[in-house]
Amino acid sequence: MYVELKDINKTFHNYKASDHVNFGIEQGKLIGLLGPSGSGKTTILRMIAGLEQPDSGDIFINGNRVNDIPASKRGVGFVFQNYALFRYMDVFDNIAFGLEIQKKNKKEIKDRVFELIKLIGLEGLEHRYPNQLSGGQRQRVAFARALAPKPQLLLLDEPFAAIDAKVRQELRSWLKEMISRVGITSIFVTHDQDEAIEVADEIIITNQGRVEQMGSPVDIYKKPTTPFVAQFIGQSSLVNDYTSLIGFEQVEGMHQAVIRPEFIRIAKQGELKQYLSAAEEGIVAGIAFRGDNLEVKVQVKGQSFTATRSLEKESIQVGEKVNVLVYRLYAFDDSKTLLLDNKAMEDRNSVYI
Amino acid sequence: MNIEQESVNLKKGTKVTKVVLIGVSLVFVLIMLVIPMLVLIVYALKDGGTKYIEAITDPYTIKALRLTIVATVTAVAINTFFGLFAAWAVSKFHFRGKQLLLTIIDIPFAVSPVIAGLIFILTFGRIGWAHDFLNAHNIKVVFAVPGVIIATIFVTFPFISREIIPVLNAQGRDEEEAAALMGASGFHIFRKITLPHMKWALLYGIVLCSARAMGEFGAVSVLSGHLRGKTNTLPLHVEIIYNEFKLSAAFAVSSILVVLAVIILILRNIVEYKAKKGGR
Repeated sequence: MYVELKDINKTFHNYKASDHVNFGIEQGKLIGLLGPSGSGKTTILRMIAGLEQPDSGDIFINGNRVNDIPASKRGVGFVFQNYALFRYMDVFDNIAFGLEIQKKNKKEIKDRVFELIKLIGLEGLEHRYPNQLSGGQRQRVAFARALAPKPQLLLLDEPFAAIDAKVRQELRSWLKEMISRVGITSIFVTHDQDEAIEVADEIIITNQGRVEQMGSPVDIYKKPTTPFVAQFIGQSSLVNDYTSLIGFEQVEGMHQAVIRPEFIRIAKQGELKQYLSAAEEGIVAGIAFRGDNLEVKVQVKGQSFTATRSLEKESIQVGEKVNVLVYRLYAFDDSKTLLLDNKAMEDRNSVYI
Repeated sequence: MNIEQESVNLKKGTKVTKVVLIGVSLVFVLIMLVIPMLVLIVYALKDGGTKYIEAITDPYTIKALRLTIVATVTAVAINTFFGLFAAWAVSKFHFRGKQLLLTIIDIPFAVSPVIAGLIFILTFGRIGWAHDFLNAHNIKVVFAVPGVIIATIFVTFPFISREIIPVLNAQGRDEEEAAALMGASGFHIFRKITLPHMKWALLYGIVLCSARAMGEFGAVSVLSGHLRGKTNTLPLHVEIIYNEFKLSAAFAVSSILVVLAVIILILRNIVEYKAKKGGR
């Protein structure tokens, strides 16, 4: 493990920001720390950087315990949420700052700065001041400034939060490409699951100061191990009594479940040729246009589910009676989740075959 | 038709308001500032140019001017030093008694300068608790130059820190944190990042502080003892010759203070203009 946190605890006043946090990160990986606001993700990042001290527990970087090593000696590059570029220095001086502190000679500094300016594609703008740059350009400069002293680990705090939606998309892929090109182990914090899933090699999900789950985006999505992750990832609908749905039987100790939009099919009356007996009746409660599809809210037996429907299909109206086929759902208890398939569909299948 | 008329009326209304507002301000400035200034110049030159030059080249006047400048420069230097540290402490760290410190910094704004002078008489004077110690070390504060300087410092105490604190507060700590993370020392961070931020506010504070220090009368008057040629500053000197019924001489000396004030005002405007231009 390149970066390792062992049983980290941190409390601010009476707020538990880190609660027995444990995880390890392999060298060269790009990790997304994902969680709702106040879940302790930024605190973890700041403790790795040395900007905060844990109350207890050990932090290792490259096998060395760094708890007592000051932030400036940890070999960590940090990109701040609002970039914190030095307002009274131009792009060149911003990127050169860390190198000048290391007392590198002039030529070395100049070569490294221009190498980075070329890398981030801002040639010719080296004498602009931060207020003369766009949000995306500022982020690139912040990235270059963090990389200039050749850190072993790059930490990014909500790197896309201050950028408008259109540029954000572009920057995500840019950053992913840059990091893989430089080959530096990186951790970024985000509250946006699309961002984490798209950019990160691995995701660590935090909630109330605890690490809920760590794994590849696909694993997190397909095999959520805790109820929180099951509800947090995807546009999940919570089902308070899944046994009332056709085809789902009570699992010992598990009362609630979540359903992902892709687990549900919504069909106009008469559209469903198969599995009709496995489907529920529902009433469309709301429809929202989501660009490439429709997001449909449907009421089934007093519970509200969210599903999607292709624009290609015949349109449906609010208040219309529809068939709702639930393929599967995640049932959960206090600590674990279980994927359940619709039994009624299996039975039907065997009969047809 | 009706609506058009109404909008015309409204415009007329605003026009009247405009004239009245500008008129009132002008008249007020004229009565309170311009006429007194003109009177001062007229009186200063009433007995002719030679008398004027005689008055302002009088040895006592020159000594008073010298003391005023010494007191001002010392007070500004010490207050800048203190102001920087106080502003730095208050805006960058959270600590107990921060609000108390802020309030204490403001006291000179609220206390009458005469009372400030008396406080120092009670502290350093014959009946003061520090008197024996000062006497034993042969240091004279009251009715001596150090007293004049102390009084000036007290009165101009808040100007610089008050100008810098809001600027530092608005800036936040991110840039400093970023610099510290890259291994910059505290002094390096201060010089390269914090100082450029508050440069204009600091200069503005220094200008205001100088203006106030030069004109200080009350506190200095109590502590100086009015020893002509020794502890008299320009404002005190003006009062003395005025009380001796040398009216035109008094006004001539006053005109030195006016010229200094005008220079400071011009400096202030330059600083304000640059700050606006530089405050990206």
